[in-house]
Amino acid sequence: MSKQFIEQIQVKELVARGIVKRFPGVLASDHVDFDVHSGEIHTLLGENGAGKSTLMKILYGMYRPDAGEIAINGDRVRFHSPLDAIRHGIGMVHQHFMLVPTFTVAENVALGLPSSRRVLLDLDVVSKRIEELAKTYGLQVDPAAKVWQLSVGEQQRVEILKVLYRGASLLILDEPTAVLTPQEVDEFSETLRRMIDEGHAIVFISHKLHEVLALSDRITVLRSGRVVDTVPAVDATKAGLARLMVGREVILQVDHPEVAQGDVRLAVHGLSANGNSGLPALRGVDLEVRAGEILGLAGVSGNGQKELAEVIAGMRRPTGGRVLFDGTDVTGALPGKLLDHGLSYIPEERMVDGTVRDFSVAENLILKDHHRKPYAHWVFMDSAKIASESDRLIEAFDIRTPSRQTPLKSLSGGNIQKLILARELSRDPSVLVAAQPTRGLDVSATEYVHRRLIEQRSAGTATLLISEDLDEILNLSDRIAVIYEGRIMGIVDREDVDVERIGLMMAGVSEQAAGNASA
Amino acid sequence: MTAPNWLKIERRPVASGRTVFIISVLAILAALLVAAIFFAAYGISPIYAYYLILRGALGNMHGFSETIRRMIPLLLCGVGLTVAFRALFWNIGAEGQILMGAIAASGVALFSGLPGPLLLIAMFIAGFLAGAAWGLIPAALKAKLGLNDVITTLMLNYVAMYVVLWLVHGPWKGASMRGYAYTDMFPNAAQLPMIGSTSIHWPTLMLGFIAAVVMYILVNRTRSGFEIRVVGENPEASRFAGISQFKTTMLVMFISGGLAGFAGVGEVAGIYHRLLDPSQISMGYGFTAIIVAWLARKNPLAVIVTSFFFGILMAGGDVIKIQLRLPFQLINVFNGLIMFFLIGSELLIRYKISIRRR
Repeated sequence: MSKQFIEQIQVKELVARGIVKRFPGVLASDHVDFDVHSGEIHTLLGENGAGKSTLMKILYGMYRPDAGEIAINGDRVRFHSPLDAIRHGIGMVHQHFMLVPTFTVAENVALGLPSSRRVLLDLDVVSKRIEELAKTYGLQVDPAAKVWQLSVGEQQRVEILKVLYRGASLLILDEPTAVLTPQEVDEFSETLRRMIDEGHAIVFISHKLHEVLALSDRITVLRSGRVVDTVPAVDATKAGLARLMVGREVILQVDHPEVAQGDVRLAVHGLSANGNSGLPALRGVDLEVRAGEILGLAGVSGNGQKELAEVIAGMRRPTGGRVLFDGTDVTGALPGKLLDHGLSYIPEERMVDGTVRDFSVAENLILKDHHRKPYAHWVFMDSAKIASESDRLIEAFDIRTPSRQTPLKSLSGGNIQKLILARELSRDPSVLVAAQPTRGLDVSATEYVHRRLIEQRSAGTATLLISEDLDEILNLSDRIAVIYEGRIMGIVDREDVDVERIGLMMAGVSEQAAGNASA
Repeated sequence: MTAPNWLKIERRPVASGRTVFIISVLAILAALLVAAIFFAAYGISPIYAYYLILRGALGNMHGFSETIRRMIPLLLCGVGLTVAFRALFWNIGAEGQILMGAIAASGVALFSGLPGPLLLIAMFIAGFLAGAAWGLIPAALKAKLGLNDVITTLMLNYVAMYVVLWLVHGPWKGASMRGYAYTDMFPNAAQLPMIGSTSIHWPTLMLGFIAAVVMYILVNRTRSGFEIRVVGENPEASRFAGISQFKTTMLVMFISGGLAGFAGVGEVAGIYHRLLDPSQISMGYGFTAIIVAWLARKNPLAVIVTSFFFGILMAGGDVIKIQLRLPFQLINVFNGLIMFFLIGSELLIRYKISIRRR
């Protein structure tokens, strides 16, 4: 290994004082004070746009602050790029992995580092060191395995190994638990504990309040670019943290009123489909959703959820099986036809599939009904009707926008999701497919989306809720189906839920075996 | 990725119309500045050369007439291209669509035997349909088979060229033309009226203005226009919204090809009164119109201004050739430079770059 990486200083203490960062029209960091010591996990908590990412990027040298200073072990430092931060012993694990899938674990770790044998590779040396690190921190992974063969949880271990290998003693972890099963989260927290014991310092970023409480030593809550408070985790409660984040009382548990269920509105029988790579992604899925019911589909990302949603929405051709709306076979029908059948769809990639960035709020609101009354007469668009209807929806769904003419791209993620809800729910859907409806949303927006989904359930819509956030599924669903490698592992009623068992099914254990294991 | 310390680069939320206009003008000025090097290399003062171009293109009736003559096909093709570009269809084939329009109009003029005013109307209809048909081929190939539109439209230009060459050398070769590769002259009823003694065939010019206004309304006020813009801005979202990409693509290329076809009709019925060598029918109008549409930022109404500007440049090319004895191709250097700076200026529209003051 090169000397550069061996002689890194051990970060005993990082102190940021009076950090200010302005963007056009926004004060993203408003005199923020933050510090973290070796041997502790300090969590940054806040809604979207509260300034978490800005602060994180400043600590990692991606942004330069407009004012304020950062000191490591008492010496003032100035970072011009992430490379400077890495040299000072800071490492970051991004939410989206940055790995080369066709390379081995060792190759990925060694990528971009000088070799101890100059022009020749030293992968055997690298592998040995990886094994040592893996042992110390409980990050079991085979250095010779190709990254594409690894599960998401294992890939995350590789990301952490990369950072540790580079000698980081302060780790910034950006929403690391978002992609893990409950069991993987347990292993992950074990790893964090070991890192703390070894004297590392960790900055942890998460939305999930119960994880934050379980893992952190201290919690700093940000709101509108300012530090609201820094509290020891032992003194904090979920409700208290939510109040600090939002600035008001938040209802964390949505009401789930009794609703009489009606006929089967959406049914899929023996559905198979291929993924983008041409390999089977769905292998015979059977599901039924009734009017007034929310069926939650739990599963780790990439087990066929996306493909299932796309087949139901008419965006992907199935290779077998049938899709029925109200008993009518609509397999392979075009999206336009399904809209006429009363399908509403909240797509997973809301900026890619659900909206047009450069269109105005009003144009995005009428996207699916632009061709019919009241928005269109003969060949022309009725701009007066479009204006009045969109103003009504903006008001009714509390979309925070300067005007209906504002381009969509200048809205926040939460408001874009409200816009999609406004468009999809105002069509009074008979079937609603909601894919990751609250991904990346802050607490208040999530609360809002949940309330609307429950209202729609009361109104008699049959909802298929696809989410990787297990808490969301458990809170909202009447029944919970678990998908693994394109197969439904089991369906559980709301009353009989056992998180342990669902976690095992998410990892591919059949319902019966999972039942036996958790019993 | 990292910019130097003293530079501040920020994303613009939305560039105002004024900003876009100023940036476009600056891009043209930058192109003129670089082109000045070429004049200087020939030992000619660039300022004098630009003065001559302007005077030659606008300073007298003849020059003005030449400018408008060039503007007419650029306007028609340019308006059509803005519509195609809006739907993210890269029509590089206006040149071929012009030629198909010219062929169809010539066929009607020479062989239909229609009487009086009916003849010209039939020529325009046939020209529009032929250009549209030529445009629909790559549209269908892209929408159904996913073939690259840039390649197919570009290649079809050559096919159209050879069809014209075959016709004027073969079956349609005029009896009275002896050794020349021309068709016979069109009957008088197939020749477009001019304004006075100029070469401005005003019916085609009027068609161009009407097309600009109608396409502006189509894009901004109609259902089809909305669908065109959705397909262009976000094809994925258009599928989710139940918009047919096939229909939309076919529609824009029907319009784009058809308007180029009109331009072809104008050239043969207005200027040459016969079908002749393809390089004479269209002096690269179909390619220059790409820059015209781009400079208009895909706004059909703005094409009226940008096609006039390029009319000046093309008429100025004659001045360069005759008065300065420089190659006409210098105008292509202009075109290339303007396109270069226009594409470069997209960065300035999306980002605001300023110098950091400490």
